[in-house]
Amino acid sequence: MSQSQPSTNRPMSPHLQVYRWQITMTLSILHRATGVALTFGAFALVAWLVAVAAGPEAYAAAQACLHSPVGAVLAFGWSFSLYYHLCNGIRHLVWDAGSGYSMKGLYTGGYIVVAVSVALTAATWAVLLGGAA
Amino acid sequence: MSMQSPLSRAKGMGSAKEGLHHWVVQRFTGIALVPLSLWFMWSMVCLAGAEHAEVVAWMQAPVNAVSLSLFVGVALYHSALGVQVVLEDYISHEGFRMVKMIVQKFLHYFLAALGIFCVLQVALGA
Repeated sequence: MSQSQPSTNRPMSPHLQVYRWQITMTLSILHRATGVALTFGAFALVAWLVAVAAGPEAYAAAQACLHSPVGAVLAFGWSFSLYYHLCNGIRHLVWDAGSGYSMKGLYTGGYIVVAVSVALTAATWAVLLGGAA
Repeated sequence: MSMQSPLSRAKGMGSAKEGLHHWVVQRFTGIALVPLSLWFMWSMVCLAGAEHAEVVAWMQAPVNAVSLSLFVGVALYHSALGVQVVLEDYISHEGFRMVKMIVQKFLHYFLAALGIFCVLQVALGA
């Protein structure tokens, strides 16, 4: 047991491109990517709150940013990121509780997460765009 | 017999005993954010295109002021924990990582304080 040589030259795990693509790996990296996106979304939320507190002129400027093409794309991305990170976060909590580890469970849960987060995003923007028209 | 590997013993780094707390708090804040973020999205949809006075009136309702303060605080705390893991994974230079870590923590806590202050300022009226 104590025969192993102390060495920092240990074998490294192979890099990502040697693996065949699987949806589970995409969902995993998407969880991190949406988390980072939501960090910037939270920063933008604070900026919006500062504008609300600053008064009607600052609020009008913030709303103009939000309704610009770039603002709208960001808002859409943040809404999907939030729903996806929320749903996949619940998937993570199920794993933390010790269940859902079968191959079938991993894939089924993944497809449910994608379907629910797309549906919630679509419903949100259907209401938003329907209300604006 | 020690369960430690010879390399681990020679390096003498051991566990920093911080991992479990980070793991647990990340999950607690995540669970809290399930209802908070759904409430937040619902509120934002309801407030879409609202005038300044409407947003102020909404924020002055105690339920909304408290929920929004909690959402801002818990979301930014959860974000700080998550960004910490990303930095730990991708930045190998220890000094640079420490600098980025301090900057991101300060930024998150500053923005959380700023956001909650703005909500309270509106809620309590100037």
